[in-house]
Amino acid sequence: MTIEFSLNCEHVSIDVDPTKRLLDVLRDDFGLTGVKEGCSEGECGACCVLLNGQLVTSCIIPIAGVHGQDVRTIEWVRTTRLGETIIQSYADGGAVQCGFCIPGMVMASYYLLSNNPNPTKKEIRKGISGNMCRCTGYDLIVESIYLAAKRVGELHKARG
Amino acid sequence: MADMRNDKARKDAISKASGRETYVGDLSLDGMIYACLVRTSVPRGIIKSITLPPLPDGYYYFDDRNIPENGRNELWMIQKDWKCFAAGSSGYVGETIGILCGPDRTLLYSLRDQIKVEYEEQTPAVSIEDSLALVGGPIIGENNYHCTVELQAGDGDIDEIMKNAYRVVEEKFSTGHQEHMHLETNGMMVNYEDGKYVYYASCQCPFYIRKSVAGIIGATPEDIIVRQMSTGGAFGGKEHFPDVVAGPLILAEYYLKKPIKLIFNREEDTQFSVKRHPSVVKFKTALDRKGNILAMDSIVYYNAGRYLASSYIVIQRGCMHIEGVYKFPVARTRGYSMATNTFPSCAFRGFGAPQTIFAVETHMTHIAEKLGVDPVEYKRRYLIKQGDTTITNGKIVENVRTPELIEKVCKASDYFEKSRKYGFGSGKGIGFSLYNHGGAFTGNGESAIIKAVVKVCKRKDGTVLIKAGQTEMGQGFSSAVCRIAAKTLGIPYEKVIYKYPDTSVVPDSGPTAASRSTMVPGNLVMKACEELKARWDEADELECEAHYEHPEGYPWDQASFQGYAYLGYGWGACVVEVEVDPRTAETKIKGIWSAHDVGNCIDPLIVHGQVNGGIAQGIGWASTELLENKGGYFKQHSMSDYIIPTSMDLPAQEVYYANEPYKWGPYGAKGMGELVFNGSGAAYVDALSRAINRKIDSIPNPTEVIMGHILHSEKLTEDKR
Ligand code: FES
Ligand code: FES
Repeated sequence: MTIEFSLNCEHVSIDVDPTKRLLDVLRDDFGLTGVKEGCSEGECGACCVLLNGQLVTSCIIPIAGVHGQDVRTIEWVRTTRLGETIIQSYADGGAVQCGFCIPGMVMASYYLLSNNPNPTKKEIRKGISGNMCRCTGYDLIVESIYLAAKRVGELHKARG
Repeated sequence: MADMRNDKARKDAISKASGRETYVGDLSLDGMIYACLVRTSVPRGIIKSITLPPLPDGYYYFDDRNIPENGRNELWMIQKDWKCFAAGSSGYVGETIGILCGPDRTLLYSLRDQIKVEYEEQTPAVSIEDSLALVGGPIIGENNYHCTVELQAGDGDIDEIMKNAYRVVEEKFSTGHQEHMHLETNGMMVNYEDGKYVYYASCQCPFYIRKSVAGIIGATPEDIIVRQMSTGGAFGGKEHFPDVVAGPLILAEYYLKKPIKLIFNREEDTQFSVKRHPSVVKFKTALDRKGNILAMDSIVYYNAGRYLASSYIVIQRGCMHIEGVYKFPVARTRGYSMATNTFPSCAFRGFGAPQTIFAVETHMTHIAEKLGVDPVEYKRRYLIKQGDTTITNGKIVENVRTPELIEKVCKASDYFEKSRKYGFGSGKGIGFSLYNHGGAFTGNGESAIIKAVVKVCKRKDGTVLIKAGQTEMGQGFSSAVCRIAAKTLGIPYEKVIYKYPDTSVVPDSGPTAASRSTMVPGNLVMKACEELKARWDEADELECEAHYEHPEGYPWDQASFQGYAYLGYGWGACVVEVEVDPRTAETKIKGIWSAHDVGNCIDPLIVHGQVNGGIAQGIGWASTELLENKGGYFKQHSMSDYIIPTSMDLPAQEVYYANEPYKWGPYGAKGMGELVFNGSGAAYVDALSRAINRKIDSIPNPTEVIMGHILHSEKLTEDKR
């Protein structure tokens, strides 16, 4: 079956088993290995992508489900100003340990800050509650997202 | 955005956060095929027959029958008892029968499911109690002991002291299996390159893999190269276990000579990988009329599973931490590592210490409560200090700053006020624990067994390359070691390069385990850099190396386990506050405060992250992480039924330090990666017990278990304070 969709702002078309998971298509067919597989059942958030602007877990979405839709991955988010700020803040704030959950966390952070540019720490905790991390205990991830929000705010202010 | 750049960031942060880092699952080589393991499905039994479905072209199956004549069906860890392939009998559910290889992953798994294995089933021994009762007959030897250890310190006949004591408090504690649940499952790729077997592995100890699997095809370790890939969490779960994955792969590669990738799915990783040892710890503590401890006697059982793996050392470490951070006039412990028909238990952050520390902490708390004394006050009376004798009859070498750690956490958490206010059974509880962890290999292990070597190389472009076998698995070694080198050489951090180890390039500086990497190899890097600095102008390219030397004057006898077990311990204190809804048993953690002595922080932000993560894992272990084994089968299979903490389950932690620089560590640093796991479980259980006024003597405590305690367990105390 031919599936067409917009992937990281480019139109793509692929001939594929319609039940193949979006996660596998992204990783195997498009080489987008920033999307990670942690649990394969929609629990951990490592495979998070944006589907029409919504945060979804790509491991439980069959590729047929994205026909005609808009999919964006960490490979796109990292090219945006917000994405770059989040990533740099993760580095500066000590959010990253083994890193396996982190691209998914960055996606959740991007989604959160896109919709709520000034979240409280509580809102941040809630915003990443669908993303599991075994290394960090979450504190420095929360702090780093908070830092990213502050930095984005400053950028906006600077530009007036 | 150069203005935002902060030179404190760890080396791998940007690459990981932007999704550019390559884990083994992300690697693909030309002509690559996949593999999956075929495993036993009964805990104990004879394999009568294996029937394969017809294999399509390009699909292959290998098992012990394909091992070449000069090869052996054994993995070499501490001993060689763990078979690479089950070869006729199953000792636990999930033992490797064979390996299936082919180009399509989906077809591979479907072929695997069509393989029929016939068994003659036997009665398994699953728990420690089963094993002691020799259920189904002995698994090994006459008594199911993989190994035993006995330690005693202090003067006097402990049995006599017990007989004459005013009071003897007897208690029993138990803990369950814990799954590492590193976000990246186990996996590796093997390829035959220029006459060598080359592994690309998610692992902690590349040199362990070489040694362990070479014999399977009659090769030598030098015929094998292991290249560590970025490793998505390990926590001990990738210390010896990668050997079990690498073994079948080398046999397949022996025949196929093409890239083969084997990645566990989450279900496989949850059920068919090593775990933390379940434990049963029994105490008999003799008290005088005033409630002073005269002697503490203990028996420690760990469920090691079918094969030894690292259990020999795990039980030793458990027993060496049986006194916790205390010194008792007389102490004795006897440890037994029990064989069962469960998946072998192996390394997991803390390596046997968390179980005994949970037990001794909770025991001390209970004694204090029996006497009507606040546990913190009671514990203070027994703090071990510099010069005191340990249970191995060595001495504590360093200045011990536990009194300051206690001050810090109690003040920050308002412990005494809350302890008084909440009392017992109010639905609110505050709990406290003290703990330590001996850094690096026990005794003279670093000089007698490991003999670490590191090299540092000045290169033409002015950068310096660190060559060590130490892996980066998230803990931050790759950045910490560069800071050590940069500081010693007086060059910028950016100019120091660490690469994931490749066994054909780096010397063997020992495993990345035992909280030793910064403390021991990190110190060797400092020494090598001191030499490099002195000789800096000699040439454009220069290599200096350093070899481990054990400090003189701290003897250890490996045969009797007597002497200085550890020269530097990390120390910790933790306070946890909870709120429990008595009707639903729903528990909320309201606060977590910790204080540690980690020597010195080479990279404070990394240390902070380790503290946060270790404490979170310890609380997970003590609370929600239930992994039941029924009849040899793990009941939990995935991340939806094995529950690790989420961001909503944990409050922001408050972290403090009272660091005592370690004489033999780089810039005073000592081990800390395991320390930070060791105590939060006990503090959590203490808080929970007080909130519901029930005696809790086991781990884990998910909601349904707490409900059980509320309904059935003995009260901690009758009077509400
Ligand atoms: S892999 Fe998709 S949510 Fe875990
Ligand atoms: S950084 Fe390792 S799982 Fe989050």
